[in-house]
Amino acid sequence: MAEPPASESSAVNAEMVRLMDSVVVRFSGDSGDGMQLTGDQFTNTSAVLGNDISTFPDFPAEIRAPAGTLAGLSGFQVNLAASDIYTAGDAPLVLVAMNPAALAANLADIEPGGVVIVNEDAFTRNNLRKAGYDANPLDDDSYLQGYELHRVPLTTMTRAALDDLDELSNQQKDLCKNAFALGLAFWLFDRPMHTTLAFYQEKFGKRPQVVEANTRALKAGYAFGETTEGFQSRLSVPSRTDDVPPGTYRRITGNEAVVLGLVTAAQKANKTLFYGSYPITPASPILEGLAALKRFDVRTFQAEDEISAIGSVIGASFAGAISVTASSGPGVSLKSEGMNLAIVMELPLVVVNVQRGGPSTGLPTKTEQADLLSVLYGRNGESPIPVIAAATAAECFEMAIEACRIAVRHMTPVFLLTDGYLANSSEPWLLPDLDLIEPIHIEHRTDPVGYQPYMRDEATLARPWVVPGTPGLEHRVGGLGKQDVTGNVSYDPQDNEHMIKTRAEKVARVADFLPPLDVFGPDQGDLLVVGWGGTYGAIRSAVEQAQSEGRSVASCHLRHLNPLPKDLGNILSRYRHVLVPELNMGQLSMLLQARYPVRVIGLNKVQGQPFRIREIVAKINDILT
Amino acid sequence: MTDTIAEPVASLTRKDFVSDQEVRWCPGCGDYAILAQMQKVLAEIGVPREQTVFVSGIGCSSRFPYYMDTYGVHSIHGRAPTLATGIKAVNPDLTVWVVTGDGDGLSIGGNHLIHCMRRNVDVKILLFNNRVYGLTKGQYSPTSLQGHRTKSTPMGSIDYPFNPMSVAIGAEATFVARTQDTNTKHLQEILRRAAAHRGTAFVEIYQNCIVYNPTAWDHTTDSSVRDDNIVYVEEGKPLVFGRDNDKGIRINGMIPEVVDVANGATDELAIHQGSLNNSSYAYMLSRMQHPEFPLPFGVLRDVSRPAYTDLLVDQVKDAMNSGDADLNALLHSSDTWVVE
Repeated sequence: MAEPPASESSAVNAEMVRLMDSVVVRFSGDSGDGMQLTGDQFTNTSAVLGNDISTFPDFPAEIRAPAGTLAGLSGFQVNLAASDIYTAGDAPLVLVAMNPAALAANLADIEPGGVVIVNEDAFTRNNLRKAGYDANPLDDDSYLQGYELHRVPLTTMTRAALDDLDELSNQQKDLCKNAFALGLAFWLFDRPMHTTLAFYQEKFGKRPQVVEANTRALKAGYAFGETTEGFQSRLSVPSRTDDVPPGTYRRITGNEAVVLGLVTAAQKANKTLFYGSYPITPASPILEGLAALKRFDVRTFQAEDEISAIGSVIGASFAGAISVTASSGPGVSLKSEGMNLAIVMELPLVVVNVQRGGPSTGLPTKTEQADLLSVLYGRNGESPIPVIAAATAAECFEMAIEACRIAVRHMTPVFLLTDGYLANSSEPWLLPDLDLIEPIHIEHRTDPVGYQPYMRDEATLARPWVVPGTPGLEHRVGGLGKQDVTGNVSYDPQDNEHMIKTRAEKVARVADFLPPLDVFGPDQGDLLVVGWGGTYGAIRSAVEQAQSEGRSVASCHLRHLNPLPKDLGNILSRYRHVLVPELNMGQLSMLLQARYPVRVIGLNKVQGQPFRIREIVAKINDILT
Repeated sequence: MTDTIAEPVASLTRKDFVSDQEVRWCPGCGDYAILAQMQKVLAEIGVPREQTVFVSGIGCSSRFPYYMDTYGVHSIHGRAPTLATGIKAVNPDLTVWVVTGDGDGLSIGGNHLIHCMRRNVDVKILLFNNRVYGLTKGQYSPTSLQGHRTKSTPMGSIDYPFNPMSVAIGAEATFVARTQDTNTKHLQEILRRAAAHRGTAFVEIYQNCIVYNPTAWDHTTDSSVRDDNIVYVEEGKPLVFGRDNDKGIRINGMIPEVVDVANGATDELAIHQGSLNNSSYAYMLSRMQHPEFPLPFGVLRDVSRPAYTDLLVDQVKDAMNSGDADLNALLHSSDTWVVE
């Protein structure tokens, strides 16, 4: 059985509670250690208790990279708060490290004075070597100086708690050590266990011994916290008392929100949703999510490749469905020829690009924002396309609807950009009142009198969406140069230029439908921080911090990247400096400088990781001092 | 979307399927003959024009949809089967034809073609095989024979060619047939049968490119030799061929062989069974190649298997009938909490 924890000498009083406004916790272990599940459960319980939460899972591309190595680490970070937060936090106060590699990789990120809980059993000679340690760092006082270290024999104690569960092998029992760690975390943060106990019942209900094992391990972890005297204090993050909009909330990731947004859009349009896609990280959960929603007339097609996926979606749009595909960088590259066909056929469809680290295969499970220019310009010829981007995980819901709305209103393919961070991270989502979401109005022309395939709506320049099966409106469309109105194949020089300009004007007119931009902070001043996509949280937090320090700083976050909102130029002109933080080498910066008489200062990072708040704060301070 | 397949329209004529576009193939191109027979057959079958969609890729053959007064998409190189799949998935009541060529279908679009057949998407695929790239002016194609001299193979092609029939059978196609552009009656009959098949119907049409490969099919068109070079397969009938029906195909073990048919005695000849679920026989037939064997014309394989697009729609209908499609409940289908 376990020895008492090593930090006995520092034991004060386990009932002492530190009240915190926010705490960042990181769970880290082998990719088979169940860290994502542990983090999820910890987060769910906290969210239900009324904390604001923001999570950031960080895992390797390999499903089971070699155990014990740095490459195989899977991490889950959650920020719990009693007030509004926008990111998963810069520096964890608590680290749960399931092995030496987890300690080695994460210790530098932990706040000074932070709590470090390690699975002491995993600190074997072999694991130490894999993590790059010559000697056991737990025995090295200087290495962990300034941290509150807890050496917990997680494996031994989990096995002991499950000793008499004869049906389970030792290996199966060891899988429950994450439940023990979770139980300990629940105790440390004074959280109830019932949400997770119910989850075990639901997830493993068909295997009673597995339910029993996880239940016991969870409770054993909690009991260990209660009985040990090792912790200086428990931590408590009270429920939010700030001005939270009332209503029902749930936790949601960006990918989940895209799924629900697309289904909602199709329902609001009273349409079949066709989704053709090829599996790719980090977009696959959208395919999986939609495949389970056939009851909403969702038709999913797992294509043989990315090209087939976009082709099927073009066909589905021609046939009259709300048609969507999603992918990530490498797959979107393969779709570019198909995108151009959709642009020229002027058919409505949505391509979701869940951006990941590139170029090439790059960093499949990591985040980046480096596809902006490629979706804007990465096709042959003049091929303008509306591009929008979600700022937060929850906002992916409304942006998915917005993408569908633009597509059908303007008869054009639309790009919706999200990224690996938004896709996998989660936050509370105030569930919308579905009745307040505007219907998506679609009219398929059925009147043959005067019909021409490329006749245009005066306001939007959209052509009519006529679907096969409609008598008297038979027509042919394709990728060749064509004459406006009739759509007949034409190689006439004037026809070609006219069509190129008309399509460009059609996309430009999307801007007629955009709401005014929100500016957070003073409407003029020293610095405007302009962002787009998943950097919203870090930018917002950094700007809040700078404002609280008395700086004249505002921020403006772009959801529409093509066309850009009409009021952007004026807003940009009202500040002495403009800063654009981007997880790329300066793509929005380039666009803004090409379009407006503005000099942009870039803050650029391409490390596969989101911005830390302090990185942006530092840049703001740098510019303003 | 309609729920029922439209009644045949009795009064249609070929002209109803002729679009207002000027046909721009080379004079003498085999495509003209195929276009005319297609228009004729559709009128005969009586499928309403508005229920018919032609989808093509890129190449000479892929201009086909412009000339049909139906719905049509002239898409991008090799991708027609993917668009056709999307169209059928959304509206399975439409009759969808894919028109492709040896380059479009078997080279750049090879992957889509085989997966479309594997899934048994309910589309009719017409592959015009002229063994050359016409629209790009005369490079060799994946069905060009080894040794074929073209602009891109000045010393003769070293690529080993695909046999489209074998590819289709290997890719699990449920309907596989071969015919020829100028073989009018046979072409009509094959188009009719393809139209009647539920699932992927793959039809290879030997088509003459009068400019870049005008002699490719001489052995199947020249009246002095063609009867010795083609065996017309008909369900339940022995494989007999030759100008005087004096030759036949016997199967010796797993190998076909040409034998003389003495006095009309066909007892030992293979009897055509395109409806066999096991595709070994059809594959064996497809391997009969000129000049050692007569080329099999007709329906080599015609079996029944549920079409992907029907299965897809069935699953959706089942889910819609049994599931509770409550969007608000879906949004709430997770741990929720209430802020007062």
